[in-house]
Amino acid sequence: MSAKKNNIAIFIKTLPKNIFSGFVVSLIALPLGLGLAMASEAPPIAGIIAAVVGGLLVSILGGSHVTITGPGNGLVGVLLVAITTLGIEGAYAAIICSGGLLILLGFFRMGKLADFFPSSAIQGMLAAIGLIILGKQFHIMLGNKLSLDGSIDYLLAIPSTIQGLFYYENMGLVYAALSGIVSLLIMALYAKIRNKYFQLIPAPMWIVLISIGLSYYYELVAIQPHPIDPAYMISGIPSANEIVSQLPTPDFGLFASIPFWTSVLALTLIASIESLLSIKAVDKLDPQKRRSNVNRDLKALGLATIGSGFLGGLNVVTVIARSSVNVNNGGSNRSANFAHAFFLIIFILLFSTQLTRIPLPALMAILVYTGYMLASPTLIRKIFSVGKEQLLIFFTTLLVTLFVDLITGIAAGVIITFIIHLFINKSFSLFFRNVLKPNVLMFKEEAGNYYVSVKHFCSFLNFYKLKQKLDNIPEDQDVVVDFSLCEFVDHTVMENLNSYQDLFLKRGGHFEVIGLDLHGSDSEHPFALRRVIPKFSLLSSHHTKRQTTLEEIAIDYKMQYESEKSENTHFLDSFLFFKTKNVENVYNRLFNSENTFTIFDINYSEGEFIAKENVRTTMLHIKLNHTLPEFTLDREGFLEKVYAFAGFKDIPIENHSDFSKRFYLLGDNPEQIQSYFNDEIIHFFESNPYFHVESNGTCLLIFSKERVAGIKEIKALYDFGKRLKQVVDNSPFQPA
Amino acid sequence: MNHKPFKIIGIGVAFSPNLKANLYEAARLSLLLDSKLLLIHVGDSSEEKKNTIQEILKPFEAKNLNFELVFQAGEPVEVILNTVIKKRIDLLILGALRRENFLKYYLGSIARKITRKAQCSVLMLTNPSVERIPCKHIVVNGLRDDQTEKAIQAAVYVGNALHSEQLTIVEEITQDELSLTVDDDKSLRRVNLMKEKLKRREDLRIQDILNTIPEDDKKTITIKTQPIFGKRGYSIGHYAKVVRADLLVMNAPGKMNFWDRLFPHDLEHILTELPTDLLVIQ
Repeated sequence: MSAKKNNIAIFIKTLPKNIFSGFVVSLIALPLGLGLAMASEAPPIAGIIAAVVGGLLVSILGGSHVTITGPGNGLVGVLLVAITTLGIEGAYAAIICSGGLLILLGFFRMGKLADFFPSSAIQGMLAAIGLIILGKQFHIMLGNKLSLDGSIDYLLAIPSTIQGLFYYENMGLVYAALSGIVSLLIMALYAKIRNKYFQLIPAPMWIVLISIGLSYYYELVAIQPHPIDPAYMISGIPSANEIVSQLPTPDFGLFASIPFWTSVLALTLIASIESLLSIKAVDKLDPQKRRSNVNRDLKALGLATIGSGFLGGLNVVTVIARSSVNVNNGGSNRSANFAHAFFLIIFILLFSTQLTRIPLPALMAILVYTGYMLASPTLIRKIFSVGKEQLLIFFTTLLVTLFVDLITGIAAGVIITFIIHLFINKSFSLFFRNVLKPNVLMFKEEAGNYYVSVKHFCSFLNFYKLKQKLDNIPEDQDVVVDFSLCEFVDHTVMENLNSYQDLFLKRGGHFEVIGLDLHGSDSEHPFALRRVIPKFSLLSSHHTKRQTTLEEIAIDYKMQYESEKSENTHFLDSFLFFKTKNVENVYNRLFNSENTFTIFDINYSEGEFIAKENVRTTMLHIKLNHTLPEFTLDREGFLEKVYAFAGFKDIPIENHSDFSKRFYLLGDNPEQIQSYFNDEIIHFFESNPYFHVESNGTCLLIFSKERVAGIKEIKALYDFGKRLKQVVDNSPFQPA
Repeated sequence: MNHKPFKIIGIGVAFSPNLKANLYEAARLSLLLDSKLLLIHVGDSSEEKKNTIQEILKPFEAKNLNFELVFQAGEPVEVILNTVIKKRIDLLILGALRRENFLKYYLGSIARKITRKAQCSVLMLTNPSVERIPCKHIVVNGLRDDQTEKAIQAAVYVGNALHSEQLTIVEEITQDELSLTVDDDKSLRRVNLMKEKLKRREDLRIQDILNTIPEDDKKTITIKTQPIFGKRGYSIGHYAKVVRADLLVMNAPGKMNFWDRLFPHDLEHILTELPTDLLVIQ
């Protein structure tokens, strides 16, 4: 009983934080929902309805913790086809049916469905969806409404639209295009501007705010009509009353037809894949390391989709970008999803008329950016680094999806992957004879670790068997996966194992893959397919000026210098700062002979997908030979005040009100920290420049800005760290 | 417990390059198990054949090997199965084939038919050799099955006769037995508790069987139990391969029907890819 009470207490304690996080998410969900619905040629409000119904139902019934649900970008392509062939009422019927199928998938525990698709094929499919979105919306973004046949035609028409930009005679169109371009720039440059106040509002909301602001400026200050052509303003946003009074009636008239069921199947397939992939990715971001119940989530999503379909909304899926924003803003349980839906309702109730002040091109710029992120050149380069054959799979899926349709596309991806596997192994019997065999053995060795042995082959065809075993292991355990009896391991498996590796390491376990050395030496397996530890050859011979200076500093300070990128970043995992961030690599490392003092440049990312922001900065890591309490110290600022409302607490230090006013001190154990921060430490911090200082108990992490430091700053960082170490070494700490 | 389960050992003799190795293995085993060796040749009798065999077995005659030659023409499977019944053979030795290029073994179609229908225990040799390869580690199944007790007893007996060092009794815990699937942290915890419970239960059951074996037999051999998670009857072969066991002892399969053949399970899986020497106890 006490455990339950405790849970309720925690829930109530974290509620403000979750509500705050839900609010931030709703700021993104509003423009995205409108945009995604319009891209699918549904009424704009349909996207918001999906987000609201999804948020309310899935937050209550779902099985995941920090995910956000709503209309998904993956579905735009399929919905577009459904709405054009079945009509909007018919599409609602298809959405309802696909919701039913999703529920069935949940009941039949088909949460593993997404594991059956080769990862390069899935990426090809997503890239195709990205191109469909981009191709269609690009023209509207530049004030050139077109209506063409296929998604390919839209893509091919892009150059002529850009050319046409210079020949607009209607100034309204020029302004429309201008709003689109500015919005696109906001989306693209948002991550580059590391300003706390600016970052408080997500990029899509800035676009909305600026658009509405400008529109009021023209109406109230300049007193002249809005310069953008009225055809390029959002229209048809019903008020709250109208939504309720004008409920659409789903039309099941085409129930027996083939196009209807193709649409239903495509919707179900994409909705489940997008949701499952998102849940998997979000689980990795969850600071509390919980495991989502995917089947329960599928059921909830299905129910929400049915509800949404009846109310005139789109399919409800789990969405990665919004979920990652949720995690970054401190969302810790499903109440954040609920709050996001709740705020959306409030927005619609209060501001639905304001939304018509948003220019269409501005909204479409958000989608163009989304589409671009799905099919970005970086992604293609990444796939190419895995292997040429992955690129072949990727492009086969991409092109077939673009030219034919989604289901054919993914099927083509699966088939080409299998053909490539046959070709590489020059053996059909390896697959044919062994595909149904239970090829995975797991047992607990005497040392207490789990041992998993895989026989024959392991590819996307039978990965679910391995996955089932691995899912049975608590993530804080040690696991050895042995492939020495396995003749072939494909890229999908390697990639998945890699993410298992991350997961286990993050949660205190250990995950090792052995037995692949043999394959490497065997010329019959030219595998980039096993890229467990991708090697970066970057910065090999050509050092930049900064790097040469760093080399000089290294000699000067009697340290060693390595410029190569290293992916061994797990010494950072235990720092609170990295709980919701993804460390990509560290490079330009300066370290002393005992490895206790390390200055390094680091590459990490926050969020996923369009909310993803890559950050590079320089940090100092000090290993101490004694323990100290875990704490985080930063300068007090506006943002902290905001967070304080949301339940984060600054730890006050008695008799040092100046320190408490200037610094923001966080930690799980306030008493310990209060007793540890003696006069000497406080005077040290008060008399020195501001740095973000974090302790994980045995190590210190120090950095100042969210960008790479210059030479002078590195020297200052080094000096600060050295003196801080002295002070800390002099301050005894007795753990309670 | 039947104190000497293998009184008569039979082996099919074909005049192949493997003949000497096969005969050496069979003769050695007969001496170690103190049994009579019956050599069955499918084909007509001839002095030349007799001489060849006797020549090969000469070193063993000196050690008092008791053997008998049987010549019988006919269809191989039938001849051997009939001889098994007629001569009351307790253990039949079969040679396995090796898959080209790979260290993989499988049973030929004749051997497989015999294994399915034989009324006696069958030993399949993957790597017969003239020199003796010591049998250090025996793996035996601990399935929940009436036959298991007999298999474990036989394994201990053979282990003692062959001076093996270690005997591992493998309990296979299948997913069906868990009757729970892992969805999230909560069910994961429940599943792991359940696994522990099943493990304890299985251990107890095996311990009961081990208690029926005289203490003397257990003295020189280390007996361990190992729960594994996998498909019943298949994963044990995988396990034997992983721990590099020298002999795998298994229960004979129950009656088989058409579907079992089509969707192979239990023993059938192991027959298609012999992990190591295999002794099927009848």
